[in-house]
Amino acid sequence: MIGLEHYLGVAAMLFVIGIFGLFLNRKNIIILLMSIELILLSVNINLVAFSSFLGDLTGQVFALFVMTVAAAEAAIGLAILVSFFRNRGTIAVEDVNVMKG
Amino acid sequence: MIQADLNIILPEILLALYAMLALLAVVYTGKDKMAPMLTWLTAGVFALLAVWIGVSGEGENIAFNGMFHDDAFSRFAKVAMLLAGAAVLVMGADYMQRRNMLRFEYPILVALAMVGMMTMVSAGDLMTLYMGLELQSLSLYVVATLRRDGVKSTEAGMKYFLLGALSSGLLLYGSSLVYGFAGTTTFAGIVEAVGHGHTPLGLLFGLTFVISGLAFKVSAVPFHMWTPDVYEGAPTPITAFFATAPKLAAMGLFARVLFDAFGGVVGDWQQIIALLSVLSMFLGAIAAIGQTNIKRLLAYSSIAHMGYALMGLAAGTALGVEAMLVYMAIYVTMNVGTFAFILSMEKDGQPVTDIASLNLYSKQSSGRALALLFLMFSLAGVPPFLGFFGKLYVLRAAFEGGLAWLAIAGVVASVIGAFYYLRIVYYMYFGEEGDELDAPRSLVQQVLLMASAAIMLLGIVNFFGVDTAAQAAAAALMPH
Repeated sequence: MIGLEHYLGVAAMLFVIGIFGLFLNRKNIIILLMSIELILLSVNINLVAFSSFLGDLTGQVFALFVMTVAAAEAAIGLAILVSFFRNRGTIAVEDVNVMKG
Repeated sequence: MIQADLNIILPEILLALYAMLALLAVVYTGKDKMAPMLTWLTAGVFALLAVWIGVSGEGENIAFNGMFHDDAFSRFAKVAMLLAGAAVLVMGADYMQRRNMLRFEYPILVALAMVGMMTMVSAGDLMTLYMGLELQSLSLYVVATLRRDGVKSTEAGMKYFLLGALSSGLLLYGSSLVYGFAGTTTFAGIVEAVGHGHTPLGLLFGLTFVISGLAFKVSAVPFHMWTPDVYEGAPTPITAFFATAPKLAAMGLFARVLFDAFGGVVGDWQQIIALLSVLSMFLGAIAAIGQTNIKRLLAYSSIAHMGYALMGLAAGTALGVEAMLVYMAIYVTMNVGTFAFILSMEKDGQPVTDIASLNLYSKQSSGRALALLFLMFSLAGVPPFLGFFGKLYVLRAAFEGGLAWLAIAGVVASVIGAFYYLRIVYYMYFGEEGDELDAPRSLVQQVLLMASAAIMLLGIVNFFGVDTAAQAAAAALMPH
């Protein structure tokens, strides 16, 4: 029997993979965008699992909002990536370094 | 029913409609040629809305089954944000126009970000919170990258986007846990589920994630990494915008979540906020010492100031929220003035951001140097100026809230931080001979700089009712 904790476990794993993808990846900004999607996906799994467990629809409505915003966020991220590429000719993470911070 | 709800969110609806109609109108007519007019028009709309919200709003109105709160707290924040937004729009217009950056998207995106911020400070539900936050953030990512052909601007936008998206992810993950363990997303429901005693572990986890997500947005240490780069890379008028309204909105949202949703368990989050506060104050004070770029310096300064504002929240009392609001109002006023000065720093038509360029500025323009001196003293918190009273407010709140150690740390950090503000004053009055800056051209920047400097002094005599408004706002946030 697959219970709530299994869904939460998968979501937590996806979340951690996403966070690590953001911090450990040194190659490509596209991978960072994928990691962000992974984080949002884990949230959606959480929300839907809780919604089904609680028998309350709010979580699924929330998940729909998250999906919509994630699409907008990906569009803006890719647009910024394109203008960055036009200026620098590269999308390697280590080349995002004109300013040191 | 729906009519009453719509009436409550009328300012937001009108501003959103204005942004969309303006976008349509400008795309079909003059495009970038209309941009200066549109910038002024948007600033005018902001000012009108601020007056309307400030004058007509009263009582506590709750719309959409508790998803949206219109109370004294949200009105205080909205009026301050709208006025700051209007000031920043008009003072940057001339700067951007001369550098061919004034695109018509700029005022429209700022208006949309403002809708997001107004939703944030009115949020009564995790969903409203998230939608407001994202509307604000997505607009700001684009605005940071407004200079598409600039290496620094696109890099700033990239960094802001990646870290902003990460913070939204953290906040959302926290929200999902809070929803799961409280069984509801409305703040009123969460406060009931949390009760006054034992908080379930899952809810604590959720709260911690939500706090880290919000700490990113207010750029509190250890989630501050993006701030200096974004401030430096974004065009200066946009940096000025980042340093004012969004900071206030994020602090307002922070207060809403902590008090509206978790007001019953102050002990559970007080330590986290106090830690964020003390780290921000010290890192902001120490890291700014080595900076030579004035925009980067102000980024660290804003980190330190967020530390003080968080100190007010950490107190966990009505006095603390009041102190935070007063502090933020003073901070925004000081920043508008300081950025009005930075916007006019240029040589041979090129913007200058090196603080060494201010060498002996007092000989060149004594009035403006004196105004900047007022603002720097006020930012540092030197006694006769308004900034000192802001600090005094939060220190008192922390002390009375039982966090005497935090108040003492705040005093120490403010002494360290005074060094770099005073260094700017030193350059202006006792520096070495150097190249002179161009004479300022923009009347608007001049007026805002002088007005902001004058408020730093006049504010002591008459606080323009900001403190009573903040008191009412803080009272609205407390559990009744």
